[in-house]
Amino acid sequence: MSRFSLKRLSVSSLVARTAGILGIVFLLIPTVIVVPISLGPDRYLRFPPRGFTLEWYNKLLGDQAWLQPMLFSAKIAVMVALIAMVLGTMVALAVTRGRLPAKKAVTMVMLAPIIAPGIVVGVAMYLMFSQMGMSGSITAFVLAHTVLAVPYVIITVSAALATSDADLELAAMSLGASRFNAFRYVTLPLIMPGLIAGGVFAFIVSFDEPVVSFFLSSVHDKTLPRKIFEDLEFNVSPVVAAVSTILTFGSIGLLGLVAVLRRGLSRGGSAA
Amino acid sequence: MAQSDRRSLSGPLSFGLVLPLLIIFLFVFCWPIIKLLGVSLFDPAFTLDHYREVLGNDFTQVIFLRTFRVSLLVAALALLIGYPIANLMRSSPPFWAMVIGACVLIPLWTSVLVRSFAWTVLLQRNGAVNAILQSLGITNAPLSLLYNEIAVIVAQAHVMLPFMVMPIYQSLRAIPDELPRAGLSLGASNLAVFWHIILPLSRPGVLAGFLMVFVVSLGAFVTPALIGGPSSMMLATAISTEITEKFNWARGATLSALLLIAVAVLLLIFSRFMQLNKLEQK
Repeated sequence: MSRFSLKRLSVSSLVARTAGILGIVFLLIPTVIVVPISLGPDRYLRFPPRGFTLEWYNKLLGDQAWLQPMLFSAKIAVMVALIAMVLGTMVALAVTRGRLPAKKAVTMVMLAPIIAPGIVVGVAMYLMFSQMGMSGSITAFVLAHTVLAVPYVIITVSAALATSDADLELAAMSLGASRFNAFRYVTLPLIMPGLIAGGVFAFIVSFDEPVVSFFLSSVHDKTLPRKIFEDLEFNVSPVVAAVSTILTFGSIGLLGLVAVLRRGLSRGGSAA
Repeated sequence: MAQSDRRSLSGPLSFGLVLPLLIIFLFVFCWPIIKLLGVSLFDPAFTLDHYREVLGNDFTQVIFLRTFRVSLLVAALALLIGYPIANLMRSSPPFWAMVIGACVLIPLWTSVLVRSFAWTVLLQRNGAVNAILQSLGITNAPLSLLYNEIAVIVAQAHVMLPFMVMPIYQSLRAIPDELPRAGLSLGASNLAVFWHIILPLSRPGVLAGFLMVFVVSLGAFVTPALIGGPSSMMLATAISTEITEKFNWARGATLSALLLIAVAVLLLIFSRFMQLNKLEQK
Protein backbone atom coordinates (compact mmCIF):
# COMPACT_ATOMS: atom_id res chain seq x y z
CA MET A 1 0.00 0.00 0.00
CA SER A 2 2.74 2.41 0.95
CA ARG A 3 4.34 1.52 -2.33
CA PHE A 4 1.41 3.06 -4.22
CA SER A 5 1.41 6.31 -2.33
CA LEU A 6 5.14 6.50 -2.91
CA LYS A 7 4.58 6.00 -6.62
CA ARG A 8 1.89 8.66 -6.66
CA LEU A 9 4.36 11.29 -5.56
CA SER A 10 6.85 10.47 -8.29
CA VAL A 11 8.22 13.14 -10.62
CA SER A 12 6.23 11.93 -13.61
CA SER A 13 2.88 12.12 -11.84
CA LEU A 14 3.82 15.58 -10.53
CA VAL A 15 4.57 16.68 -14.09
CA ALA A 16 1.26 15.20 -15.31
CA ARG A 17 -0.64 16.99 -12.56
CA THR A 18 1.06 20.33 -13.27
CA ALA A 19 0.32 19.96 -16.99
CA GLY A 20 -3.35 19.33 -16.18
CA ILE A 21 -3.59 22.36 -13.93
CA LEU A 22 -1.85 24.57 -16.50
CA GLY A 23 -4.32 23.26 -19.08
CA ILE A 24 -7.24 24.32 -16.91
CA VAL A 25 -5.68 27.76 -16.46
CA PHE A 26 -5.33 28.02 -20.24
CA LEU A 27 -8.99 27.01 -20.54
CA LEU A 28 -10.27 29.52 -18.01
CA ILE A 29 -8.19 32.68 -18.51
CA PRO A 30 -9.83 33.76 -21.78
CA THR A 31 -13.22 33.04 -20.24
CA VAL A 32 -12.70 35.34 -17.24
CA ILE A 33 -10.38 38.02 -18.71
CA VAL A 34 -13.33 39.99 -20.14
CA VAL A 35 -14.65 40.70 -16.63
CA PRO A 36 -11.89 43.11 -15.45
CA ILE A 37 -11.73 44.70 -18.91
CA SER A 38 -15.45 45.50 -18.78
CA LEU A 39 -14.98 47.23 -15.40
CA GLY A 40 -11.93 49.31 -16.37
CA PRO A 41 -12.19 52.99 -17.27
CA ASP A 42 -9.93 52.98 -20.35
CA ARG A 43 -11.49 53.86 -23.67
CA TYR A 44 -9.15 51.43 -25.38
CA LEU A 45 -8.99 47.91 -24.06
CA ARG A 46 -6.11 47.64 -21.71
CA PHE A 47 -4.81 45.05 -19.32
CA PRO A 48 -4.50 45.37 -16.40
CA PRO A 49 -7.25 48.02 -16.19
CA ARG A 50 -6.60 51.20 -14.18
CA GLY A 51 -9.55 51.83 -11.88
CA PHE A 52 -13.18 50.77 -11.73
CA THR A 53 -16.30 51.95 -13.52
CA LEU A 54 -19.74 50.75 -14.54
CA GLU A 55 -19.76 53.21 -17.44
CA TRP A 56 -19.71 50.52 -20.16
CA TYR A 57 -22.66 48.69 -18.65
CA ASN A 58 -24.62 51.95 -18.51
CA LYS A 59 -23.70 52.68 -22.09
CA LEU A 60 -24.73 49.19 -23.15
CA LEU A 61 -28.11 49.28 -21.43
CA GLY A 62 -28.88 52.80 -22.66
CA ASP A 63 -28.00 52.27 -26.30
CA GLN A 64 -30.70 51.22 -28.77
CA ALA A 65 -27.99 49.93 -31.12
CA TRP A 66 -27.26 47.27 -28.49
CA LEU A 67 -30.70 46.83 -26.93
CA GLN A 68 -32.47 46.08 -30.19
CA PRO A 69 -30.21 43.17 -31.23
CA MET A 70 -30.37 41.84 -27.66
CA LEU A 71 -34.17 41.84 -27.70
CA PHE A 72 -34.23 40.41 -31.23
CA SER A 73 -31.92 37.55 -30.23
CA ALA A 74 -33.87 36.87 -27.04
CA LYS A 75 -37.17 36.74 -28.95
CA ILE A 76 -35.72 34.30 -31.50
CA ALA A 77 -34.05 32.13 -28.85
CA VAL A 78 -37.23 31.78 -26.77
CA MET A 79 -39.26 30.74 -29.82
CA VAL A 80 -36.52 28.37 -30.95
CA ALA A 81 -36.30 26.77 -27.49
CA LEU A 82 -40.07 26.20 -27.33
CA ILE A 83 -40.37 24.82 -30.87
CA ALA A 84 -37.29 22.64 -30.44
CA MET A 85 -38.61 21.27 -27.14
CA VAL A 86 -41.93 20.21 -28.69
CA LEU A 87 -40.65 18.88 -32.02
CA GLY A 88 -37.48 17.41 -30.51
CA THR A 89 -39.45 15.47 -27.90
CA MET A 90 -41.73 14.08 -30.60
CA VAL A 91 -38.70 12.85 -32.55
CA ALA A 92 -37.03 11.44 -29.43
CA LEU A 93 -40.21 9.51 -28.62
CA ALA A 94 -40.42 8.05 -32.12
CA VAL A 95 -36.73 7.14 -32.11
CA THR A 96 -36.53 5.56 -28.65
CA ARG A 97 -40.04 4.09 -28.28
CA GLY A 98 -41.34 3.68 -31.81
CA ARG A 99 -40.88 1.42 -34.80
CA LEU A 100 -39.82 4.28 -37.03
CA PRO A 101 -39.06 3.34 -40.62
CA ALA A 102 -35.52 4.36 -41.73
CA LYS A 103 -34.66 5.23 -38.12
CA LYS A 104 -30.92 5.46 -38.76
CA ALA A 105 -31.23 7.80 -41.72
CA VAL A 106 -33.69 10.07 -39.88
CA THR A 107 -31.48 10.38 -36.77
CA MET A 108 -28.40 10.93 -38.91
CA VAL A 109 -30.01 13.85 -40.77
CA MET A 110 -31.42 15.38 -37.58
CA LEU A 111 -28.13 15.22 -35.70
CA ALA A 112 -26.10 16.39 -38.71
CA PRO A 113 -26.26 20.13 -37.84
CA ILE A 114 -23.98 19.45 -34.83
CA ILE A 115 -21.09 18.40 -37.05
CA ALA A 116 -21.90 20.08 -40.41
CA PRO A 117 -19.60 23.06 -41.06
CA GLY A 118 -21.46 26.19 -39.92
CA ILE A 119 -20.13 28.21 -42.82
CA VAL A 120 -21.66 25.84 -45.41
CA VAL A 121 -24.99 25.71 -43.59
CA GLY A 122 -24.96 29.50 -43.20
CA VAL A 123 -24.19 30.19 -46.85
CA ALA A 124 -26.74 27.62 -48.04
CA MET A 125 -29.51 29.06 -45.85
CA TYR A 126 -28.57 32.58 -46.95
CA LEU A 127 -28.87 31.49 -50.59
CA MET A 128 -32.34 30.04 -50.06
CA PHE A 129 -33.81 32.69 -47.75
CA SER A 130 -32.49 35.62 -49.79
CA GLN A 131 -34.02 34.15 -52.97
CA MET A 132 -37.33 33.90 -51.13
CA GLY A 133 -36.97 37.48 -49.87
CA MET A 134 -37.00 36.21 -46.27
CA SER A 135 -33.43 37.12 -45.32
CA GLY A 136 -33.43 39.06 -42.06
CA SER A 137 -37.00 38.03 -41.18
CA ILE A 138 -37.69 36.59 -37.77
CA THR A 139 -39.26 33.50 -39.42
CA ALA A 140 -36.02 32.76 -41.25
CA PHE A 141 -33.98 33.08 -38.05
CA VAL A 142 -36.34 30.91 -36.03
CA LEU A 143 -36.43 28.17 -38.70
CA ALA A 144 -32.65 28.24 -39.19
CA HIS A 145 -31.86 28.23 -35.47
CA THR A 146 -34.41 25.50 -34.78
CA VAL A 147 -32.50 23.23 -37.15
CA LEU A 148 -29.21 24.04 -35.38
CA ALA A 149 -30.62 23.75 -31.85
CA VAL A 150 -33.02 20.81 -32.03
CA PRO A 151 -30.31 18.09 -32.05
CA TYR A 152 -29.46 19.02 -28.45
CA VAL A 153 -33.09 18.54 -27.39
CA ILE A 154 -33.28 15.21 -29.24
CA ILE A 155 -30.12 14.00 -27.46
CA THR A 156 -31.07 15.07 -23.92
CA VAL A 157 -34.69 13.90 -24.21
CA SER A 158 -33.67 10.56 -25.78
CA ALA A 159 -31.28 10.04 -22.87
CA ALA A 160 -34.04 10.87 -20.38
CA LEU A 161 -36.45 8.50 -22.14
CA ALA A 162 -33.86 5.72 -22.16
CA THR A 163 -33.51 5.92 -18.38
CA SER A 164 -37.25 6.23 -17.65
CA ASP A 165 -39.24 3.03 -17.52
CA ALA A 166 -41.48 2.41 -20.54
CA ASP A 167 -43.48 -0.13 -18.48
CA LEU A 168 -44.90 2.69 -16.36
CA GLU A 169 -46.64 4.12 -19.39
CA LEU A 170 -47.89 0.66 -20.26
CA ALA A 171 -49.26 0.23 -16.74
CA ALA A 172 -51.15 3.52 -17.03
CA MET A 173 -52.58 2.40 -20.36
CA SER A 174 -53.66 -0.98 -19.00
CA LEU A 175 -55.48 0.95 -16.28
CA GLY A 176 -57.45 2.72 -18.98
CA ALA A 177 -55.44 5.84 -19.79
CA SER A 178 -55.21 6.82 -23.44
CA ARG A 179 -51.74 6.77 -24.98
CA PHE A 180 -51.63 10.56 -24.93
CA ASN A 181 -52.72 10.81 -21.30
CA ALA A 182 -50.24 8.11 -20.30
CA PHE A 183 -47.51 10.19 -21.91
CA ARG A 184 -48.83 13.47 -20.51
CA TYR A 185 -49.21 12.33 -16.88
CA VAL A 186 -46.58 9.56 -16.55
CA THR A 187 -43.71 9.93 -19.02
CA LEU A 188 -43.63 13.72 -19.41
CA PRO A 189 -43.05 14.45 -15.70
CA LEU A 190 -40.29 11.81 -15.67
CA ILE A 191 -38.41 13.32 -18.61
CA MET A 192 -39.09 16.95 -17.60
CA PRO A 193 -35.55 17.64 -16.26
CA GLY A 194 -34.03 16.33 -19.48
CA LEU A 195 -36.52 18.27 -21.55
CA ILE A 196 -35.82 21.54 -19.75
CA ALA A 197 -32.07 20.92 -20.05
CA GLY A 198 -32.55 20.44 -23.78
CA GLY A 199 -34.57 23.65 -23.95
CA VAL A 200 -31.82 25.57 -22.14
CA PHE A 201 -29.21 24.21 -24.56
CA ALA A 202 -31.43 25.13 -27.50
CA PHE A 203 -31.84 28.67 -26.10
CA ILE A 204 -28.08 29.10 -25.70
CA VAL A 205 -27.32 27.68 -29.16
CA SER A 206 -29.75 30.13 -30.76
CA PHE A 207 -28.80 33.14 -28.62
CA ASP A 208 -25.05 32.69 -29.23
CA GLU A 209 -25.26 31.49 -32.84
CA PRO A 210 -22.80 33.60 -34.86
CA VAL A 211 -22.40 32.11 -38.36
CA VAL A 212 -25.92 31.74 -39.77
CA SER A 213 -26.79 35.04 -38.08
CA PHE A 214 -23.84 36.64 -39.81
CA PHE A 215 -25.35 35.86 -43.21
CA LEU A 216 -29.07 36.23 -42.45
CA SER A 217 -28.90 39.54 -40.57
CA SER A 218 -29.98 42.72 -42.32
CA VAL A 219 -29.01 46.27 -41.44
CA HIS A 220 -32.10 46.75 -39.28
CA ASP A 221 -32.78 43.26 -38.01
CA LYS A 222 -29.61 41.81 -36.61
CA THR A 223 -28.92 39.39 -33.82
CA LEU A 224 -26.65 40.13 -30.90
CA PRO A 225 -23.79 37.93 -32.18
CA ARG A 226 -23.91 39.79 -35.50
CA LYS A 227 -23.78 43.14 -33.66
CA ILE A 228 -20.79 41.94 -31.60
CA PHE A 229 -19.11 40.74 -34.78
CA GLU A 230 -19.53 44.16 -36.41
CA ASP A 231 -18.19 45.93 -33.34
CA LEU A 232 -15.16 43.67 -33.18
CA GLU A 233 -14.37 44.27 -36.84
CA PHE A 234 -14.75 48.05 -36.79
CA ASN A 235 -14.52 49.66 -33.35
CA VAL A 236 -13.54 47.46 -30.46
CA SER A 237 -14.75 49.17 -27.28
CA PRO A 238 -15.09 48.04 -23.66
CA VAL A 239 -18.86 47.83 -24.29
CA VAL A 240 -18.14 44.53 -26.05
CA ALA A 241 -16.38 43.37 -22.89
CA ALA A 242 -19.50 44.30 -20.90
CA VAL A 243 -21.74 42.31 -23.28
CA SER A 244 -19.29 39.41 -23.12
CA THR A 245 -19.34 39.42 -19.34
CA ILE A 246 -23.14 39.35 -19.30
CA LEU A 247 -23.22 36.52 -21.86
CA THR A 248 -20.64 34.50 -19.95
CA PHE A 249 -22.43 34.79 -16.62
CA GLY A 250 -25.75 34.15 -18.37
CA SER A 251 -24.38 30.88 -19.72
CA ILE A 252 -22.92 29.90 -16.34
CA GLY A 253 -26.26 30.60 -14.65
CA LEU A 254 -28.21 28.54 -17.19
CA LEU A 255 -25.71 25.66 -16.99
CA GLY A 256 -26.02 25.77 -13.20
CA LEU A 257 -29.79 25.43 -13.62
CA VAL A 258 -29.28 22.40 -15.86
CA ALA A 259 -26.89 20.84 -13.32
CA VAL A 260 -29.43 21.30 -10.51
CA LEU A 261 -32.17 19.74 -12.66
CA ARG A 262 -29.93 16.81 -13.59
CA ARG A 263 -29.12 16.23 -9.96
CA GLY A 264 -32.84 16.23 -9.14
CA LEU A 265 -33.37 13.72 -11.94
CA SER A 266 -30.70 11.31 -10.74
CA ARG A 267 -31.96 11.55 -7.18
CA GLY A 268 -35.51 10.86 -8.32
CA GLY A 269 -34.19 8.00 -10.42
CA SER A 270 -32.28 6.42 -7.56
CA ALA A 271 -35.28 6.77 -5.26
CA ALA A 272 -37.52 4.92 -7.71
CA MET B 1 -45.82 -10.26 -27.76
CA ALA B 2 -49.03 -8.28 -27.66
CA GLN B 3 -47.65 -6.34 -24.74
CA SER B 4 -44.43 -5.35 -26.46
CA ASP B 5 -46.53 -4.34 -29.46
CA ARG B 6 -48.54 -2.00 -27.32
CA ARG B 7 -45.46 -0.61 -25.62
CA SER B 8 -43.68 0.52 -28.77
CA LEU B 9 -45.33 3.15 -30.92
CA SER B 10 -46.57 1.90 -34.28
CA GLY B 11 -44.74 2.74 -37.48
CA PRO B 12 -47.30 5.26 -38.79
CA LEU B 13 -47.58 6.97 -35.39
CA SER B 14 -43.77 7.26 -35.10
CA PHE B 15 -43.60 8.67 -38.58
CA GLY B 16 -46.31 11.19 -37.71
CA LEU B 17 -44.28 12.30 -34.68
CA VAL B 18 -41.17 12.82 -36.81
CA LEU B 19 -42.94 14.44 -39.76
CA PRO B 20 -43.15 18.11 -38.64
CA LEU B 21 -39.43 18.34 -37.87
CA LEU B 22 -38.59 16.30 -40.95
CA ILE B 23 -40.40 18.84 -43.13
CA ILE B 24 -38.47 21.70 -41.50
CA PHE B 25 -35.19 19.82 -42.01
CA LEU B 26 -35.91 19.04 -45.65
CA PHE B 27 -36.93 22.63 -46.33
CA VAL B 28 -34.35 24.54 -44.22
CA PHE B 29 -31.37 22.17 -44.07
CA CYS B 30 -31.28 19.60 -46.88
CA TRP B 31 -32.78 21.66 -49.69
CA PRO B 32 -30.50 24.72 -49.21
CA ILE B 33 -27.39 22.51 -49.20
CA ILE B 34 -28.57 20.72 -52.36
CA LYS B 35 -29.24 24.11 -53.92
CA LEU B 36 -25.75 25.29 -53.00
CA LEU B 37 -24.21 22.17 -54.54
CA GLY B 38 -26.34 22.91 -57.62
CA VAL B 39 -24.80 26.39 -57.90
CA SER B 40 -21.35 24.79 -57.97
CA LEU B 41 -22.31 22.28 -60.66
CA PHE B 42 -24.67 24.14 -63.03
CA ASP B 43 -23.94 27.33 -64.94
CA PRO B 44 -26.67 26.97 -66.27
CA ALA B 45 -25.89 23.58 -67.86
CA PHE B 46 -23.99 20.90 -65.93
CA THR B 47 -20.28 21.71 -65.73
CA LEU B 48 -17.22 20.90 -63.67
CA ASP B 49 -15.51 24.13 -64.73
CA HIS B 50 -15.93 25.74 -61.30
CA TYR B 51 -14.15 22.81 -59.67
CA ARG B 52 -11.40 22.88 -62.29
CA GLU B 53 -10.95 26.60 -61.77
CA VAL B 54 -10.93 26.44 -57.96
CA LEU B 55 -8.63 23.40 -57.73
CA GLY B 56 -6.22 24.78 -60.35
CA ASN B 57 -6.04 28.27 -58.83
CA ASP B 58 -2.84 29.04 -56.86
CA PHE B 59 -4.63 31.27 -54.37
CA THR B 60 -7.26 28.68 -53.41
CA GLN B 61 -4.64 25.92 -53.30
CA VAL B 62 -2.71 27.95 -50.76
CA ILE B 63 -5.90 28.43 -48.73
CA PHE B 64 -6.73 24.71 -48.82
CA LEU B 65 -3.25 23.72 -47.70
CA ARG B 66 -3.23 26.35 -44.96
CA THR B 67 -6.66 25.29 -43.72
CA PHE B 68 -5.52 21.66 -43.46
CA ARG B 69 -2.22 22.59 -41.83
CA VAL B 70 -3.78 24.97 -39.30
CA SER B 71 -6.55 22.48 -38.43
CA LEU B 72 -4.03 19.68 -37.90
CA LEU B 73 -1.93 21.89 -35.65
CA VAL B 74 -5.05 23.01 -33.76
CA ALA B 75 -5.95 19.36 -33.12
CA ALA B 76 -2.38 18.54 -32.07
CA LEU B 77 -2.20 21.50 -29.68
CA ALA B 78 -5.63 20.73 -28.25
CA LEU B 79 -4.52 17.13 -27.67
CA LEU B 80 -1.33 18.29 -25.96
CA ILE B 81 -3.27 20.57 -23.61
CA GLY B 82 -6.43 18.48 -23.36
CA TYR B 83 -4.98 15.08 -22.50
CA PRO B 84 -3.43 16.20 -19.18
CA ILE B 85 -6.73 17.90 -18.26
CA ALA B 86 -8.69 14.68 -18.91
CA ASN B 87 -6.05 12.70 -17.04
CA LEU B 88 -6.20 15.03 -14.05
CA MET B 89 -9.99 14.81 -14.09
CA ARG B 90 -9.81 11.00 -14.02
CA SER B 91 -7.33 10.83 -11.15
CA SER B 92 -9.17 13.43 -9.02
CA PRO B 93 -11.70 12.59 -6.30
CA PRO B 94 -15.37 12.98 -7.44
CA PHE B 95 -15.82 16.54 -6.20
CA TRP B 96 -12.73 17.87 -7.97
CA ALA B 97 -13.52 15.86 -11.10
CA MET B 98 -16.88 17.66 -11.12
CA VAL B 99 -15.21 21.07 -10.70
CA ILE B 100 -12.81 20.33 -13.57
CA GLY B 101 -15.77 19.08 -15.63
CA ALA B 102 -17.52 22.43 -15.04
CA CYS B 103 -14.34 24.30 -16.04
CA VAL B 104 -14.38 22.35 -19.31
CA LEU B 105 -18.11 22.67 -20.00
CA ILE B 106 -18.56 26.37 -19.19
CA PRO B 107 -16.32 27.54 -22.06
CA LEU B 108 -18.12 25.10 -24.36
CA TRP B 109 -21.41 26.87 -23.69
CA THR B 110 -19.97 30.38 -23.77
CA SER B 111 -20.27 32.30 -27.03
CA VAL B 112 -17.46 31.56 -29.52
CA LEU B 113 -17.45 35.28 -30.27
CA VAL B 114 -16.77 36.10 -26.64
CA ARG B 115 -13.91 33.62 -26.45
CA SER B 116 -12.35 34.91 -29.67
CA PHE B 117 -12.75 38.47 -28.43
CA ALA B 118 -10.97 37.47 -25.22
CA TRP B 119 -8.00 36.35 -27.30
CA THR B 120 -7.81 39.71 -29.04
CA VAL B 121 -7.74 41.29 -25.57
CA LEU B 122 -4.98 38.94 -24.43
CA LEU B 123 -2.81 39.20 -27.53
CA GLN B 124 -3.16 42.85 -28.56
CA ARG B 125 -0.28 45.36 -28.31
CA ASN B 126 -1.19 46.57 -24.83
CA GLY B 127 -2.75 43.27 -23.84
CA ALA B 128 -2.00 40.90 -21.00
CA VAL B 129 0.51 38.67 -22.80
CA ASN B 130 2.62 41.64 -23.91
CA ALA B 131 2.43 43.15 -20.42
CA ILE B 132 3.72 39.91 -18.88
CA LEU B 133 6.48 39.51 -21.47
CA GLN B 134 7.67 43.05 -20.84
CA SER B 135 7.52 42.88 -17.06
CA LEU B 136 9.57 39.66 -17.18
CA GLY B 137 12.11 41.47 -19.36
CA ILE B 138 11.73 38.97 -22.19
CA THR B 139 10.96 41.78 -24.61
CA ASN B 140 11.26 45.53 -24.17
CA ALA B 141 8.70 46.63 -26.77
CA PRO B 142 5.21 45.20 -27.32
CA LEU B 143 5.13 42.46 -29.97
CA SER B 144 2.38 42.20 -32.54
CA LEU B 145 0.90 38.84 -31.61
CA LEU B 146 -2.46 39.09 -33.36
CA TYR B 147 -3.55 38.49 -36.96
CA ASN B 148 -1.12 35.69 -37.70
CA GLU B 149 -1.33 31.94 -38.04
CA ILE B 150 0.03 31.12 -34.59
CA ALA B 151 -2.57 33.33 -32.91
CA VAL B 152 -5.32 31.56 -34.89
CA ILE B 153 -3.97 28.13 -33.89
CA VAL B 154 -3.79 28.98 -30.18
CA ALA B 155 -7.22 30.65 -30.04
CA GLN B 156 -8.90 27.93 -32.12
CA ALA B 157 -7.33 25.20 -29.97
CA HIS B 158 -8.78 26.97 -26.93
CA VAL B 159 -12.22 27.17 -28.51
CA MET B 160 -12.11 23.45 -29.43
CA LEU B 161 -10.55 22.17 -26.20
CA PRO B 162 -13.79 20.83 -24.61
CA PHE B 163 -14.33 18.62 -27.69
CA MET B 164 -10.91 17.08 -27.01
CA VAL B 165 -11.17 16.70 -23.23
CA MET B 166 -14.62 15.07 -23.08
CA PRO B 167 -14.02 11.99 -25.30
CA ILE B 168 -10.55 11.40 -23.78
CA TYR B 169 -12.04 11.60 -20.30
CA GLN B 170 -14.76 9.12 -21.29
CA SER B 171 -12.25 6.54 -22.50
CA LEU B 172 -9.90 7.12 -19.53
CA ARG B 173 -12.78 6.59 -17.13
CA ALA B 174 -13.62 3.29 -18.82
CA ILE B 175 -10.19 1.87 -17.90
CA PRO B 176 -10.61 -0.36 -14.83
CA ASP B 177 -8.44 0.77 -11.89
CA GLU B 178 -7.05 -2.75 -11.55
CA LEU B 179 -5.06 -2.50 -14.78
CA PRO B 180 -2.70 0.36 -13.85
CA ARG B 181 -2.58 -0.95 -10.26
CA ALA B 182 -1.49 -4.37 -11.49
CA GLY B 183 1.20 -2.75 -13.61
CA LEU B 184 2.49 -0.72 -10.66
CA SER B 185 2.47 -3.72 -8.32
CA LEU B 186 4.52 -5.68 -10.84
CA GLY B 187 7.16 -2.99 -10.59
CA ALA B 188 6.46 -0.84 -13.65
CA SER B 189 7.19 2.87 -13.34
CA ASN B 190 4.36 5.42 -13.61
CA LEU B 191 5.67 6.36 -17.02
CA ALA B 192 5.71 2.74 -18.20
CA VAL B 193 2.17 2.21 -16.92
CA PHE B 194 1.04 5.31 -18.78
CA TRP B 195 2.85 4.36 -21.99
CA HIS B 196 1.89 0.67 -22.11
CA ILE B 197 -1.54 0.65 -20.45
CA ILE B 198 -3.28 4.03 -20.16
CA LEU B 199 -2.32 5.56 -23.48
CA PRO B 200 -3.21 2.54 -25.70
CA LEU B 201 -6.53 2.07 -23.89
CA SER B 202 -7.45 5.74 -24.27
CA ARG B 203 -6.78 5.61 -28.01
CA PRO B 204 -10.49 5.65 -29.05
CA GLY B 205 -11.05 8.85 -27.06
CA VAL B 206 -7.91 10.46 -28.45
CA LEU B 207 -8.93 9.56 -32.01
CA ALA B 208 -12.50 10.80 -31.52
CA GLY B 209 -11.31 14.08 -29.97
CA PHE B 210 -8.61 14.63 -32.56
CA LEU B 211 -10.96 14.02 -35.48
CA MET B 212 -13.73 16.17 -33.99
CA VAL B 213 -11.37 19.10 -33.43
CA PHE B 214 -9.76 18.67 -36.84
CA VAL B 215 -13.05 18.44 -38.74
CA VAL B 216 -14.75 21.35 -36.97
CA SER B 217 -11.62 23.50 -37.37
CA LEU B 218 -11.63 22.91 -41.14
CA GLY B 219 -14.86 24.90 -41.34
CA ALA B 220 -14.20 27.33 -38.49
CA PHE B 221 -15.37 30.83 -39.32
CA VAL B 222 -15.52 33.09 -36.28
CA THR B 223 -12.09 32.67 -34.68
CA PRO B 224 -10.01 32.87 -37.89
CA ALA B 225 -12.07 35.86 -39.02
CA LEU B 226 -11.42 37.79 -35.80
CA ILE B 227 -7.93 36.59 -34.80
CA GLY B 228 -6.43 35.94 -38.24
CA GLY B 229 -5.34 38.48 -40.84
CA PRO B 230 -5.29 38.41 -44.65
CA SER B 231 -2.05 36.40 -44.59
CA SER B 232 -3.66 33.67 -42.49
CA MET B 233 -7.00 33.46 -44.31
CA MET B 234 -8.73 30.09 -44.00
CA LEU B 235 -11.37 28.34 -46.07
CA ALA B 236 -14.45 29.60 -44.23
CA THR B 237 -13.29 33.22 -44.44
CA ALA B 238 -12.54 32.73 -48.13
CA ILE B 239 -16.06 31.37 -48.72
CA SER B 240 -17.60 34.31 -46.89
CA THR B 241 -15.45 36.81 -48.84
CA GLU B 242 -16.41 35.28 -52.19
CA ILE B 243 -20.09 35.54 -51.37
CA THR B 244 -20.53 38.74 -49.35
CA GLU B 245 -17.80 40.89 -50.94
CA LYS B 246 -17.11 39.54 -54.43
CA PHE B 247 -20.66 38.20 -55.01
CA ASN B 248 -19.07 35.21 -56.72
CA TRP B 249 -21.63 32.59 -55.77
CA ALA B 250 -20.24 29.91 -58.08
CA ARG B 251 -16.83 30.06 -56.43
CA GLY B 252 -18.22 30.30 -52.90
CA ALA B 253 -20.50 27.34 -53.56
CA THR B 254 -17.66 25.28 -55.04
CA LEU B 255 -15.40 25.97 -52.06
CA SER B 256 -18.32 25.05 -49.75
CA ALA B 257 -18.91 21.80 -51.63
CA LEU B 258 -15.23 20.85 -51.35
CA LEU B 259 -15.27 21.58 -47.61
CA LEU B 260 -18.41 19.51 -47.19
CA ILE B 261 -16.87 16.61 -49.13
CA ALA B 262 -13.70 16.73 -47.04
CA VAL B 263 -15.70 16.67 -43.80
CA ALA B 264 -17.97 13.85 -45.00
CA VAL B 265 -15.06 11.68 -46.19
CA LEU B 266 -13.17 12.17 -42.91
CA LEU B 267 -16.23 11.25 -40.85
CA LEU B 268 -16.91 8.19 -43.01
CA ILE B 269 -13.34 6.92 -42.64
CA PHE B 270 -13.55 7.57 -38.93
CA SER B 271 -16.84 5.71 -38.41
CA ARG B 272 -15.42 2.70 -40.31
CA PHE B 273 -12.32 2.86 -38.18
CA MET B 274 -14.31 3.05 -34.95
CA GLN B 275 -16.36 0.01 -35.99
CA LEU B 276 -13.16 -1.94 -36.63
CA ASN B 277 -11.93 -0.79 -33.26
CA LYS B 278 -15.08 -2.09 -31.59
CA LEU B 279 -14.78 -5.43 -33.39
CA GLU B 280 -11.20 -5.68 -32.20
CA GLN B 281 -12.29 -5.17 -28.62
CA LYS B 282 -14.92 -7.86 -28.95
